[in-house]
Amino acid sequence: MARFRTWVGIAVAGVLCASLAGCSSTGGKRAEDARKAAAAQGKAAVNTPRWTFAMITHSGDGDTFWDIVQSGAEQAAVKDNINFLYSHDDEAQQQAQLVDAAVDKGVDGIIVTLAKPDAMKAAVARAVKAGIPVITVNSGSAESKEFGALTHIGQDETIAGQAVGEELNERGKKKAVCVLHEQGNVGHEQRCAGVQETFDGTVQNLYVTGTNMPDAQSALEAKLQSDTAVDAVVTLGAPYADTAVKARESAGSDAEIDTFDLNAKVAAALKGGTLGFAVDQQPYLQGYQAVDLLWLYKYNADVLGGGKPVLTGPQIITKDQAGALAEYTERGTR
Amino acid sequence: MSAITDERILHASPLRKLLGRPELGSVVGAIAVFLFFAVAADSFLKASSLSTVLYASSTIGIMAVPVALLMIGGEFDLSAGVLVTSSALVSSMFSYQMTANVWAGVGVSLLVTLAIGAFNGFMLTRTKLPSFIITLGTFLMLTGMNLGFTKLISDTVSTKTIADMEGFPTAHDVFASTLTVGGVDFKITILWWFALIALASWILLRTRAGNWIFAVGGNQDAARAVGVPVARTKIGLYMGVAFGAWISGQHLLFSYDVVQSGEGVGNELIYIIAAVIGGCLITGGYGSAVGSAVGAFIFGMTSKGIVFAEWNPDWFKFFLGAMLLLATLLNAWVRKRAEATK
Repeated sequence: MARFRTWVGIAVAGVLCASLAGCSSTGGKRAEDARKAAAAQGKAAVNTPRWTFAMITHSGDGDTFWDIVQSGAEQAAVKDNINFLYSHDDEAQQQAQLVDAAVDKGVDGIIVTLAKPDAMKAAVARAVKAGIPVITVNSGSAESKEFGALTHIGQDETIAGQAVGEELNERGKKKAVCVLHEQGNVGHEQRCAGVQETFDGTVQNLYVTGTNMPDAQSALEAKLQSDTAVDAVVTLGAPYADTAVKARESAGSDAEIDTFDLNAKVAAALKGGTLGFAVDQQPYLQGYQAVDLLWLYKYNADVLGGGKPVLTGPQIITKDQAGALAEYTERGTR
Repeated sequence: MSAITDERILHASPLRKLLGRPELGSVVGAIAVFLFFAVAADSFLKASSLSTVLYASSTIGIMAVPVALLMIGGEFDLSAGVLVTSSALVSSMFSYQMTANVWAGVGVSLLVTLAIGAFNGFMLTRTKLPSFIITLGTFLMLTGMNLGFTKLISDTVSTKTIADMEGFPTAHDVFASTLTVGGVDFKITILWWFALIALASWILLRTRAGNWIFAVGGNQDAARAVGVPVARTKIGLYMGVAFGAWISGQHLLFSYDVVQSGEGVGNELIYIIAAVIGGCLITGGYGSAVGSAVGAFIFGMTSKGIVFAEWNPDWFKFFLGAMLLLATLLNAWVRKRAEATK
């Protein structure tokens, strides 16, 4: 026992020494802190009262896309002197209950995603009835107005899908797989349907478990192994592009991987040529604009979009543009 | 000292009786959580907030009550979460595809759901395998069938809306309406929940079936030896869970018009957590329906209280886990004390 303790002591001391002495001069937490300190210079630029806005999304736990939306919203909240609250649940019933809770709380504005619109209908109606301005973001462009929201900020998923189909045609692809990582997300279905509309080749949908990466990878691997004619894989989220690249390697396929959305890894992979192209919907803008537009509505009764969705995408990003965006993806705003 | 020596007919003091109640630990926990959020979150005590909390609790509680009964009977049901989705899918798709009155779908769904429950119980009593394995099997099969059948029939991952069909308004009233009492909106699931608690408590404490449930959970072989119909009791308990799943499923369907086929996974553990926080022993033979309701209420308060308190909900699961451990420890401690002072 005494001997064991000695060993533990030596190990702990060793780790401490290493962490004190072995500093890295590049990257790591210190570099991140320096970047954040530079970014957080902003103070409230307005003298409106401190309103509380709540954002409720259909995100699962720990989804990087929503981190970017959130950082956009928080940046705008600092500028507009807003107390910004964020909550999320990937089960429709729970998300609706979170909206209910925000209404009970009496917040001054609500930002909500309508990935599963039918489930959110009653909760959004209750918010509107209570006189709380609602802005929908990301998904739900078709239902937003009908539910009584001020405006919708996001990308039209069908148009984005069509853009991908056209790009695939230009690249001379024949057989594509569309990888869906959220069961029942209407927006995702629309994306793949959009690809199908404009793409001259054939498109197959593949459902994977988005919260279980190894599972998603093996599902795609099996698909690529069993169908060697596939020459393009379209993933619907940035983290899945990386997984698709791994699946392609182990399956020995030479299909091109293309993806919706952007992150640091995708930008680097675009630059390095392992990915074909990415379709960005600018999540930072969705968060930022939603908070800013709610503020404008509270302050000045301004509404943007003229009853139509405000589009933040699609923007096709290839090797040529990826270099410039790499820095922004590093700091988590693209 | 008198001649009475049999401790079973001795009168216990009220305090000792109270300490012996299975739900005591959870009630103490619920009061603590309530006071905590009442202080930490300023809008928590508003009537409309409490109604939202009660609604959240009821959606868990409707399932936690039969799951608690099942646990007292000594078994698990891991398929309970997806069974709710299955039940909603069956009634929605039957009504839509047959263009039938919505109530016909609701009826068919009840039969199908009860049959799945009976299947669980039948397999368990016939094969003598642990319920963990049996219901893990049905859990996976149901998850696959939910998705597979929905895609096959509706061609998407969610069902088509049945809101414009005959019978929908009345079914909506029964399963998903909102009642206004004194200016505050209450969801009807709260009534269903309370009714289920009352029914389950009555069965447990006042009927022969209740004695059977405690007996099969406490010691199955001894119960069989004294003539308790063990197989029938267990199949009945699984059908009880199925009945709860039917109510929850119809609520899902009629409040949202459509059903997402991939949902419900993971909820089975939440029901079990509610029952355990409420004082059910994981080994069976001990627990109460009221306790499971208190467990569900703690769950509802925590999940919504975090929003009211403006905390980051990323921590929700941590709180839940801590609550589960504390409640179980408190239960164990209280029980030990109660037994020691007998």
